[in-house]
Formats: sequence, C-alpha cells, structure tokens
Amino acid sequence: MNAIAAHASPVVRPRRRTGLRWLLIGTSVAFLLLFLVLPLAAVFVEAARKGAGLYLAAITEPDAIEAIKLTLLVAAIAVPLNLVFGVAAAWAVTRHEFPGKTALTALIDLPFSVSPVVSGLIYVLLFGAQGLLGPWLAEHGIRIIFAVPGLVLATVFITLPFVARELIPLMQTQGSDEEEAALVLGASGWQMFRKVTLPNIRWALLYGVLLCNARAMGEFGAVSVVSGHIRGLTNTMPLHIEILYNEYDYVGAFAVASLLALLALVTLAVKRFVEWRYGDELGHGAARH
Amino acid sequence: MALPPTRKRVLPGFGLSLGITLGYLGLVVLLPLAALVLRAAGLSAGDWWALLSSPRVLSAFRVSFGMALIAGLINAVVGLMVAWVLVRYRFPGRRLLDGLVDLPFALPTAVAGIALTALYAPNGWLGQYLEPHGIKIAFAPLGVLVAMIFVGFPFVVRTLQPVLESFEGEIEEAAESLGATRLQTFGRVILPWLLPTLLTGFALALARAIGEYGSVIFIAGNLPFVSEIAPLLIVMKLEEYNYAGAAAIGVVMLTASFALLFTINALQRWSRRWSAT
Repeated sequence: MNAIAAHASPVVRPRRRTGLRWLLIGTSVAFLLLFLVLPLAAVFVEAARKGAGLYLAAITEPDAIEAIKLTLLVAAIAVPLNLVFGVAAAWAVTRHEFPGKTALTALIDLPFSVSPVVSGLIYVLLFGAQGLLGPWLAEHGIRIIFAVPGLVLATVFITLPFVARELIPLMQTQGSDEEEAALVLGASGWQMFRKVTLPNIRWALLYGVLLCNARAMGEFGAVSVVSGHIRGLTNTMPLHIEILYNEYDYVGAFAVASLLALLALVTLAVKRFVEWRYGDELGHGAARH
Repeated sequence: MALPPTRKRVLPGFGLSLGITLGYLGLVVLLPLAALVLRAAGLSAGDWWALLSSPRVLSAFRVSFGMALIAGLINAVVGLMVAWVLVRYRFPGRRLLDGLVDLPFALPTAVAGIALTALYAPNGWLGQYLEPHGIKIAFAPLGVLVAMIFVGFPFVVRTLQPVLESFEGEIEEAAESLGATRLQTFGRVILPWLLPTLLTGFALALARAIGEYGSVIFIAGNLPFVSEIAPLLIVMKLEEYNYAGAAAIGVVMLTASFALLFTINALQRWSRRWSAT
C-alpha cells in the first residue's frame, strides 16, 4: 500500500494533475456518500423518527422478539455447519490431489452466483407439497418447507461458500511443510490439525465465519421463498421487516432494520480490524463477497 | 526438494475431509439442483413455450437482464474511478470510505431495499426534490436500476483494487516519458492492462444484479410489464402452486448463472495470466 504513495514521485506527477485529481476524488466521494452513506443514514433516522419510546416498543414487541430469536437460531445452526464444511473442503482441496478438483472448487462457489430466489425454489421443488420428496415427507409427518428446517437449509445453501473461500487460497499459499514436519515429529493427525493447521488459519477462519454469519442473519430472498411468512413461527428478521413495511408500519420496519444495519456495521468494523491487524495471515488478494 | 510425488499423500484426513465435502455438497447443492432439473426435464417443448412465452414473463426477463446490464456498465465505470481514487490518491476520510465500499455486501438486502425506497420515494429524502422535475425513481424502472447499482457496486471496486495496487507506476512513467499524453497513457497502457480484471468485476456485478430480489422488490413498485423482475415472478408462481412455471423461469435464471460463472472463471484465469506477465 505504502509503495503506491512512493510512486507519486514529484518528477513525473507534475502539477497539472491536481485539477483532475480533485475532480476524480470529489466525484468518487460524492458517489459513495450518495449511494452508500445516505441509505445507511436513512435506516437510523427513519427508525428514530417517532422517538425512542416507539423504537424500543417496535423491537421488543412479541413478533419482533420471535423474529430475532428465529434469526439467531437459524444462524446458530447454519454457520457451524458451514464452518465444518469449509475446513473439510479446504483441507481436501489444498492438501490432497484428486481428479475433479477444479470442478469441486467451482461447485463450492456456485451458491454465490445463483439468485437467492432460485436457491429457495430448488428446496421447494425438492421438499414442497408437490415436490420430489413432498409426498413421502407428508406421509411421515415431516415439515421442511414453511417450517424452520427449510429456513435453515436455504440459509446453509446461500452461505455455503464463505468459510471455504477464505481458507482455500490461504492454505494453498501456506503449503503443507509445517504440517508434514509435525507428523514427522510424531504428532497424530488431530494433534497436527489442532496445533499447526488451526493456529495458522484462525484469522481467515474468523473472517469467513463473520461474513457467513452476516449473510445468514440478513438473507431475504431464499428464506422468503421457503418460509411461508407465518408470523411468530417462520418469520426471520428480514421477513419481519417486509411484513411491517407492507403494513405501512415504517417505524417498526426501520427499527428492526436498524438492528441488522448495526450488525452489518459491526461486521465491517471487525472485518477491517482483522484485515488491518492480521492481513498477512489472511492470504488476501482477490475480490471478496 | 526432489521428493517423489507420493509425498502429498503423507497428510492424513483425505477420506474424512473429502467425504464430508462431497456428502455435504451432494445433499445441500446437488440434490436440490437435481430436483429443479428433474422438474424441468418433465416439461415438453410445448410446455416450455407456453410457460416462457407469455408477455409478462418476457417483460420480466427484459427488466431483470436489461437493467442488470445497465447497472453493471455504470458500476464498471464508477467502480473503476472509485478504485483508482482509493488506491492512487491520499485524502482525508479515505480509509473510512474504503471500508464502506463493502457495505452492500454486509447490509441485508431487505434493509437496503427499504432504505433506498425511503430516499427515492416521491415524498422521500431525495424523491421530493426529483419528483417536481419529472424524475421518478422509486416505483419505476429507474428504482430497479438504483437497487442493482447498490448491490453490485463493491464487486468492481474490490476486484480492481489489488490489481491497481500491484500496478507499476513505471509503466505509466515510461509511456509519458516517451511522449504519450495522459489520455493516451490511460487508453493505451492502463486500460488494456486492467481490462480482464474490469470485465471480471463487471461480470460479478452483473451476475449479482440479475438474480437480485430483496432490495429490488421494495423500490421497484413491481408493476407488471414495467418494473417487475424475473425472480419476483418465480415467487408469485410458487404462491399459486404453479411449480412448473416457477421451475421454467428458474432454469433460465440458473442457466444464466452457470454461463456467467463459467465466464468469470475464464476471465479470472485470463487476468491472472495477463497480470503475471
């Protein structure tokens, strides 16, 4: 980063550039303020519009509490599952050779490029009343669509790539020398994993979990398709926001939205901190979602 | 280090980790995708035509793909400028703004949707000044565009940044010392060099915008034939229990996703080779 500043040597960056430079900076800052900062500000201002009393009432009413609890529950199941998957996938892909590896890596990325609505759709087509397994599930009294398992599955699908995507490039760069050394020195497989691999990837792991969690709590499209919008039962926070908004309860909608916006800001802050403090342990480079 | 290639197999956990990976991907990704493919395979050519040729469906595809394309192009231009400014220039507040670029990744789409609507609705923060001039953003096609620009914006910036950071100022300096004007340097040296990366960012933003649902439905007004997007039609068909109709639109969207994913992978390979030289 600092090397770039050094490139701006006075010899080849004559003064004539100043005008263009400030024009570019000004336009960029104006765009970022208009398109990013203003919407964020709108969430908090609209939430506080009718005073603290109504704000607190909106986030403590029973349906809101149920929505918050359900959101936390769904994330608490989906994130650990994708954590285990991410570590296993990264280990398989970066530490072993096998045919079809490229295809497997592409498959891990797939949920990022599928529309959230299509992600929900595929689960409805599998588990819904007229779905592939629908009749069998109905016979056995198992409800997945319009119930919590459907919400969890859709969330798992949407957030599947986050942890794996952070770990794969990092573990590729790190190589396996340290792990091989641990084995030669007599460590068991699990000891090697706990004492060598895990400490090496912990910050990337945290980073991936953080992004995975933010998306899990905020997912709307996929969850909306499988939820059935049953108040107090299958409404997560984003779905609750939609219901309130459509009922013209703007303060309520923005109050619940402000909680999610706060989560987004905390996520970004921690993400920035990890990047700044442990950037070299993240193995970054390419774009991140 | 001329060790035999069998060395790779020394590390344990191959069976376990690959087993978990394949089992999980199979259950979470492949099995549901198979359900969609099976449902679609059960449709005859006539069914496909009937399901996809209705004017409303065609119009929704036009809105989704057309607006996503425009949003992607705008994001490519603005994203290039913002990435350039953030990497090349130093000014107060730069780090904060740099951090905020990720906001659309972190902010739930429903939250973005209602926030943008609060800004651009006819009586909204900005809408009240735009409306008298005949500029209608919320509840109109422009609203779809604004939401798609918002969700796709970080892709171009975040894809370009690392490449711009690695860009050697010497190349520019050489071009300038050889007598190139600033415009020539940019058009003939910098832009061609950035092109594969810029295209990658554009394709990522495009893919995101095509499938976008949450932020769009609040601001779009969802008027049939005007501002109704394809993902919303899937939701509506599902609500009518018209699984075949939903699956047909879903297959078209999924095919577009696959095509873009394939293109993005190819572009990334190209840009890695390109910037390595």
